Amino acid sequence: MAKRIDVSGLTAFYGSHRAIDDISMTVEPRSVTAFIGPSGCGKSTYLRTLNRMHEVTPGGRVEGKVMLDGESLYGPGVDPVAVRRTIGMVFQRPNPFPTMSIYDNVAAGLKLNGLTKKSELDTVVERSLRGANLWNEVKDRLNKPGSGLSGGQQQRLCIARAIAVEPQVLLMDEPCSALDPISTLAIEDLIGELKDQFTIVIVTHNMQQAARVSDRTAFFNLAAIGQPGKLIEIDDTERIFSNPSVQATEDYISGRFG
Amino acid sequence: METGSTKTTPPPGSQDPAAEGGPKSAKRPGDRIFLGLSKGSGIVLLAIMAAIAVFLTWRAVIALGENEGNFLTTFEWSANSDPPVFGIAVLAFGTIVSSIIAMLLAVPVAVGIALFISHYAPRRLAGPLAYVIDLLAAVPSIVYGLWGALFLVPHLAGLYEWLDDYLGWTGIFEYGGGAPRSLFTVGILLAIMILPIVTNVSREVFKQAPKMHEEAALALGATRWEVIRMSVLPFGRSGVISAAMLGLGRALGETMAVATVLSPSFVIHASLLDPGGGTFAQNIAAAFKEAGDMGRNALIASGLVLFVITLVVNGAARLIIARRKEYSGANA
Repeated sequence: MAKRIDVSGLTAFYGSHRAIDDISMTVEPRSVTAFIGPSGCGKSTYLRTLNRMHEVTPGGRVEGKVMLDGESLYGPGVDPVAVRRTIGMVFQRPNPFPTMSIYDNVAAGLKLNGLTKKSELDTVVERSLRGANLWNEVKDRLNKPGSGLSGGQQQRLCIARAIAVEPQVLLMDEPCSALDPISTLAIEDLIGELKDQFTIVIVTHNMQQAARVSDRTAFFNLAAIGQPGKLIEIDDTERIFSNPSVQATEDYISGRFG
Repeated sequence: METGSTKTTPPPGSQDPAAEGGPKSAKRPGDRIFLGLSKGSGIVLLAIMAAIAVFLTWRAVIALGENEGNFLTTFEWSANSDPPVFGIAVLAFGTIVSSIIAMLLAVPVAVGIALFISHYAPRRLAGPLAYVIDLLAAVPSIVYGLWGALFLVPHLAGLYEWLDDYLGWTGIFEYGGGAPRSLFTVGILLAIMILPIVTNVSREVFKQAPKMHEEAALALGATRWEVIRMSVLPFGRSGVISAAMLGLGRALGETMAVATVLSPSFVIHASLLDPGGGTFAQNIAAAFKEAGDMGRNALIASGLVLFVITLVVNGAARLIIARRKEYSGANA
């Protein structure tokens, strides 16, 4: 259950404003790809084009091609709802459904897919919570509201919710930026485990995090405020952090700007 | 009040609120004046409320002491005769039934309109639509009453016959002819009247549904309706209940529109479509002018019952909202 993403010539707009310009890259299956770059360079926008969440924003539209194992995500007749069922997403701020219990949060996506048998739901909910390293902490209070958990637990609950529907790809938009260091570590460990099953793309502001968790790193930058963000380079993480081929990447990583 | 128990007198400079007050800023004259004002207005409000309650209760008790009928079960309102005979059974029935009809008709439609404006309509349409509904809320109730009497009543006979044909067997939708000036017509009119307020409050609540929860649902592959079901409706639930209660409050107390449409009588019909019946507010409006002292006291007593009903309804709504507080939209 992991697929390759091929992006070519992707440009995203907010109304008439060009947010990212002409991005092409390949994301390998069963690996972690990190997006780094200064604020406003379009990392998150780009991430959201990969599961067609960008167009949910008023004025948001996309040009170019995104292929998931050879199938176009933006082809005619492709239902964005179906795309989002295949490509899961975890957000910056933990967002479990506040009116649902922990169990119902994890089961939410399954129910959307029409799974209603209690025994099957039980199995998948337990598997997903174990997969998100949360099971032992919540197994005694599955019927309590998800909003009662700590921030880090809530984020792992959101990961459990996302992996419950067995997506091909898991997109993470700065999943640790609202968390303390210990919770961050828990999520990073989890990412390391999840990459055996999923294709993972993570946006992060934390370069150490990118270095720790990712196999490949893409560096984005923008020429000036108001200019569209561009992909500067994508390479093996080790290489990006030791010997990048573009000077701007090295400047950013060594803290000279951004 | 803390001001009396302070240890030191304020230094002369502290007369000026801008002067350095240090940690004892509670003693500043500005604070003291504001505290006095706000405390005073609170007390005055409570005092006025208490005075009204005492006055009404006192008058009501006088009436109840003289009443020869049973206040709760008598189907008659002859408060001016000697001895006075009056009971609220018909009024309570009419008030509650017409309000329930209004709620059943108005709340689903209002929630639908609110969702349409907040989540479906293109922005260019949503603004004007919301504005028109705001305008509807500003129409005086007597205008609704006139419209009801001159337009709605003559045009409802067809609907009544249809209801009789298909639902007559239930007993509550039997129609024997005659002008449709019944509790059902009142319910329809009240539904139209409370629609704007329920819609507006619901729309405001739906608009505040957190984006992040809508996105959470979207990212799971939810359709627009599923997004609404998973994130917007649960978030808006208590708000919709409050909106419905606002509407119900208006429906329970509506006077002129009901008095214009209903042909009042002191009977309870099994069928909602039979003309006749009454409501508390309508009865007060109809009987007040010709009422003597005892008649007015009796009307005040009936008004108190309406007040109690409203209180009970509001309390029930608060209970419903509080019961699932743990699951409320308030998320860190």
